[in-house]
Amino acid sequence: MFYRECGNYKDSYASDMAIFPIPLDRYGFIIMMILAFLVIPFTASDYWLSNIMIPFYCFGLSAIGLNILAGYAGQISIGHAAFMAVGAYASLILYGRYGIPLIPSILGGGLISSAVGTIFGLPSLRIKGFYLAIATLASQFIIQWIIVHWHWLSGAVFGTVETPDMQIFGWLIDTPVKKYFLALGWVVLLAIVAKNLVRGQLGRNWQAIRDVDYAAEIIGVNLYKDKLIAFAVSTFYAGISGSLITFCYYGAANIEEFHVMVSFALLGMIIIGGLGTILGSFFGAGFFVLLPIGINQGLGNFMAVVPSEILSNLEAIIFGGLIVLFLIVEPYGMARLWHTIKDKMRLWPFPY
Amino acid sequence: MNERKEPILRAENISIAFGGLQALNDVSLEIYPGEIMGIIGPNGAGKTTMLNIINGFYKQDKGRIFFEGKERPRRMKPNQIAAQGIARTFQNLAIFSGMSALGNIMMGRTMMMHSNIFSQALYWRFSQKEEIEHRAAAERIIDFLQIENIRRTPSSMLPYGLRKRVELARALAAEPKLLLLDEPMAGMNLEEKEDIARFVLDANEELGYTIALIEHDMGVVMDICDRIVVLDFGEKISEGTPDEVKADPKVIKAYLGEAGG
Amino acid sequence: MTFFLEVLVTGLLVGIMYSLVALGFALIFKASDVFNMAQGDMSLLAGLALVGFLELNFPLWLALVCTIAIMTILAYVTVFVVLKPLVARPPIMLFMATFGLAYMIQGIGQSIWGTQAKGLNLGIPDIPITLGGLFLSTFDLTFGAAAGVLVFILVWFFHKTRTGRALRAVSDDHEAALSVGIPLLKAWAVTWVIAGIVAVVAGIAWGTRMGVQFSISYIALKALPVLIIGGLDSIMGVIIAGLVVGAGENLAEVFIGPYVGGGIQTFFPYLIALLVLYFKPYGLFGKEIIERV
Repeated sequence: MFYRECGNYKDSYASDMAIFPIPLDRYGFIIMMILAFLVIPFTASDYWLSNIMIPFYCFGLSAIGLNILAGYAGQISIGHAAFMAVGAYASLILYGRYGIPLIPSILGGGLISSAVGTIFGLPSLRIKGFYLAIATLASQFIIQWIIVHWHWLSGAVFGTVETPDMQIFGWLIDTPVKKYFLALGWVVLLAIVAKNLVRGQLGRNWQAIRDVDYAAEIIGVNLYKDKLIAFAVSTFYAGISGSLITFCYYGAANIEEFHVMVSFALLGMIIIGGLGTILGSFFGAGFFVLLPIGINQGLGNFMAVVPSEILSNLEAIIFGGLIVLFLIVEPYGMARLWHTIKDKMRLWPFPY
Repeated sequence: MNERKEPILRAENISIAFGGLQALNDVSLEIYPGEIMGIIGPNGAGKTTMLNIINGFYKQDKGRIFFEGKERPRRMKPNQIAAQGIARTFQNLAIFSGMSALGNIMMGRTMMMHSNIFSQALYWRFSQKEEIEHRAAAERIIDFLQIENIRRTPSSMLPYGLRKRVELARALAAEPKLLLLDEPMAGMNLEEKEDIARFVLDANEELGYTIALIEHDMGVVMDICDRIVVLDFGEKISEGTPDEVKADPKVIKAYLGEAGG
Repeated sequence: MTFFLEVLVTGLLVGIMYSLVALGFALIFKASDVFNMAQGDMSLLAGLALVGFLELNFPLWLALVCTIAIMTILAYVTVFVVLKPLVARPPIMLFMATFGLAYMIQGIGQSIWGTQAKGLNLGIPDIPITLGGLFLSTFDLTFGAAAGVLVFILVWFFHKTRTGRALRAVSDDHEAALSVGIPLLKAWAVTWVIAGIVAVVAGIAWGTRMGVQFSISYIALKALPVLIIGGLDSIMGVIIAGLVVGAGENLAEVFIGPYVGGGIQTFFPYLIALLVLYFKPYGLFGKEIIERV
């Protein structure tokens, strides 16, 4: 009874095709926006803002990018973190070395990452499936090596570049709250853009390519073009999220933060969260960021009893275990679970 | 019978071999605008191969294809051929199982959608207008095929018969000049077959579509087709109206045999 | 010239090791159509278990038997708990499941046996010897030989024995195999046990070389391009590809490395893989997947 769909008739195609056709969903979204913009920044501790919300937003954005490529377009990629790195370094160099203002620098990071990503996406025109997955892994290692060894890029010895103070039009962005808003702003904007893209014709083309690519071709889809666009958009998101997480969280561009295990983790995030959904990307990212905390809290009382070795590895075990569990039980991830719960709420308390 | 207009598709001396197997050997056929043409033959005769060549999935070893009088360059890709105005359904049912029925049908409109990525990203005026316009077209097809109540259902949850209908809807949505149907009635019971047969006829008579179809059910083929081409072991063994073909001894020998006309 | 040959042969010897690890992947892929992302972590687990048993003062033969026992248990648990519910799903899901498995194996292994690097000393000296005028390491030779023997055994098993042939039959169509009564899951379990044994050997080889630690799981990542270059389902291809990658990587590192700052071996195999894929999208010897339209 809480989740009403009755009496919800659409009298135009436009309203039927809106992002939130059901009023309750719309209100839910507005409430979330209020929470994100007005409540959290002023009530949460600095720790929460810096170490939980900001990484959550950044990984969520990155996960959206990967979801577009792997979940919607069906091109499995295990090199996503490398493109985050490209964005991070590119935007830092633009801002720190060339003095380009912050927002255009971040945007530039995304665009450069997108260009690199499109080049590394070229193999998708000829190879598919596992072969493609391994080719994307190639991009991870090649990009990593280039960043470490190309000294013009990384400047310092170990490929780390510190972020200078951030400012927009002279307004210094130094507190967690300000960084929070910077990240939040980008994420909300780009998430809406992503949602628009995937529910439009491009999103449908991508899903068609994923489902039956020869049928997509036969109905007029240009496979080459749309696959490359998927890579371009996906790595753009990776680049932006890489820039954001570097500026607002890590404080320095460090290639170690973007190595292959992060690529794996991102893949795990979208599997758990929900392949082929925007919401799922956030679920997965949130899960990943909160898992270590959850374990600490949950087992806090048992710290003395449980050997520390098991504790530190529990994360990996649970993360892996949940990936397997979701694949068996709910292959569409938490997002589908969420929709199922909403469906049940439609009729609650009636059981049928 | 009637004066011959220019054929919409002409396949001239098509031959293709896979490994050691000669799938098609010097086959020529024409499809005329406004007709329903049937392609029949025993299993393995090369019918689907012929369709695949018309679509551009396979390139013939020898022979030429003419669409609307113009010869088709060999390097044309399937999506370019589709853009010329050919749409198709598949023998093994190739609907997009990750999308709803509506999504599948909207895919049929993809060639007619022109808004660019930036417009779509912002769901701006042009993109929105186009989306609505094509949604309206999709709804017309949904009405025509009477699948209103399943438009939002994920295709993976639809029963076989309705999935086939969605695939047909997708092809119709493309408003093609030539519609190729590969065994649209395979695996259906009598009632479902009658439904599809009715839709095919309606598509031809009311909406004016030119249709070429591969089918095994002789009753259906004889009823709805204007002309029939018969293939056997990769060669064309007969061609003509249903009555002519029914009576052709070569066809009877190869195919109809004891089952009767 | 001698130097070149030394680099080449050393590379080839390492290459055989790559072939072996890649073989573990290829076997599982051939039999169950699953791309096992957990292969590297299985090697890690094997290494950890072996060291663990040795530390308990088990004689070597007993430690080996126990390690193999553990890998067998792992194989059965994997097949019957993780893969069985996913039999009918698309291969990409099975791939992702092995992915989750990788995380779990790593976590469990390290929980039981800890995360610090452990030395593994099996009494094989790392002294150089001269063979045919070339200065080579006994170490490399021993493991190269062992790997070679194992590869040979595996190829023989798959092509000549009845079980092996049944396993090959299974790989083409799971549901069909099930429907004709081939005990699919048992067949899979056998394959995974074999892959587990391969993991043990790989674990020993690399564990001795660099200590048993977390980074062993990365060896698998090295073997992936080998798999791709050879072709996912071609045993011959994998062997050849391993040799090519091992030799190529070593030659590149030694002769080109100094000019570009070194560390080439981290990505060189992948570069070769990309090149090969450009010309042959299914690897040098892989079976082309033709979809029936």
